[in-house]
Amino acid sequence: MTAQQPPRLLRGIPLAVRKLRKAFGTREVLREIDLHIPAGQFVAVVGRSGCGKSTLLRLLAGLDSASSGELLAGSAPLSEALEDTRLMFQEARLLPWKKIIDNVGLGLKGNWRPQALEALEAVGLAERADEWPAALSGGQKQRVALARALIHQPRLLLLDEPLGALDALTRIEMQQLIENLWRKHGFTVLLVTHDVSEAVAIADRVILIEDGEIGLDLHVELPRPRVRGSHRLAALETEVLNRVLSLPGTPPEPEPVSPLPTQLRWAQ
Amino acid sequence: MNSQRILHRLAPWALPVLLLAVWQLSVSAGWLSTRILPAPSAVIAAGVHLVSSGEIWTHLAISGWRAGLGFVIGGGIGLALGFITGLSKWGERLLDSSVQMIRNVPHLALIPLVILWFGIDETAKIFLVALGTLFPIYLNTYHGIRNVDPALVEMARSYGLSGFSLFRQVILPGALPSILVGVRFALGFMWLTLIVAETISASSGIGYLAMNAREFLQTDVVVLAIVLYAVLGKLADLAARGLERVWLRWHPAYQVHKGGAA
Repeated sequence: MTAQQPPRLLRGIPLAVRKLRKAFGTREVLREIDLHIPAGQFVAVVGRSGCGKSTLLRLLAGLDSASSGELLAGSAPLSEALEDTRLMFQEARLLPWKKIIDNVGLGLKGNWRPQALEALEAVGLAERADEWPAALSGGQKQRVALARALIHQPRLLLLDEPLGALDALTRIEMQQLIENLWRKHGFTVLLVTHDVSEAVAIADRVILIEDGEIGLDLHVELPRPRVRGSHRLAALETEVLNRVLSLPGTPPEPEPVSPLPTQLRWAQ
Repeated sequence: MNSQRILHRLAPWALPVLLLAVWQLSVSAGWLSTRILPAPSAVIAAGVHLVSSGEIWTHLAISGWRAGLGFVIGGGIGLALGFITGLSKWGERLLDSSVQMIRNVPHLALIPLVILWFGIDETAKIFLVALGTLFPIYLNTYHGIRNVDPALVEMARSYGLSGFSLFRQVILPGALPSILVGVRFALGFMWLTLIVAETISASSGIGYLAMNAREFLQTDVVVLAIVLYAVLGKLADLAARGLERVWLRWHPAYQVHKGGAA
């Protein structure tokens, strides 16, 4: 399924979700989610706000527990792989009372400083290691949060709209940074986003969640590096957007087909 | 430019200096009886006399000891109770409403009872100071812990922190700004309580100095004692600010401006 990626170690966790249900009180947020994600795949999860996409991520991260259903890493329960799972939140959530490098080393034991510096180097902030987080901009804080996640060498990286609050240029920079690090390390990524263009530009596969169910499962078979603003991306984006906006009525496409040129009409 | 800066520096002192000058003048001109207010120069002279006889140090030491010990005991208990109620749901259920009820009793109203319990020796004064400093620290510790950003706690848990390391690295530093506000309030209550306790019954200390001087109509010593209390209160406040500057140096509001920071 993901043969298009460059060869690399299979570091990622293969993820299987079976009949996952999550209800808060009587309100069912997720019902009957079935999902299989091969190791190392970059999956974007899109959907309207409140559709349950963040809930799915929190379940995968072990922050909430499911009402029923199974979460598997390979054949073992995902909860046994919590050490290999890291979540990046919508806000950076840096501890303001710890220097930047100490934030990166949070929860580590032993001599982690060289490693933390390396992780900061990878996100381009090594020279700010000894400053307080308050001195950083929003984008820089998210880069520190990324370094903090990567230092644990996660096999599953969960991203909960981490770029939502950033300005457009910083956002593209961060997307490229995440993509490059993913290509280098080969972890499995689940990116929750409300930005469909971001989803199709960066992911191997776009999953749309509607009313707690998977409404669309679209493979983006485009070579990398992808050219932003290309017709193919625009067409894919339109396909997903159409699906999101025209809720019931239109039957879901059984198989992702390459976009037709006629669909471009909807792009405006 | 330079002279203007000096002017700006000096401006806040103009009024106090003028006031002192008028005071001094009105006493030496005989408009104001020394029975009502001694001249500032007389207060200074009384201070110099007490310093040279060494008497002042023993009084300062005993007052400082009472204040310090009471603060440590009361603050320690307040901090511990605040941690218990802040960190555990059961602690809150069991303790918080009781503590809040006791808090509403003005601790100085207990003085007759305290004298009955402990007599008029050191224990009574230290007990009162401890009681006065307990509640501000308790209240601010409890609220500080309750107001630690749950998003940060969740993040820290997902990075494997729990138990004591979670407390030390996330909850305590998060509650610290509020705890230090409690410390500053408590320091205010500490001196206030001590002044009242020492004025009512003591055989040493600054309050005793003032009451003793009153019997001999030494208004200069009485005013000196008041000035001493003011200076001690200011010193305690400066110490609390120093703690804030060291412990909260990560906080943008407490950072000393170094300039050039982007």
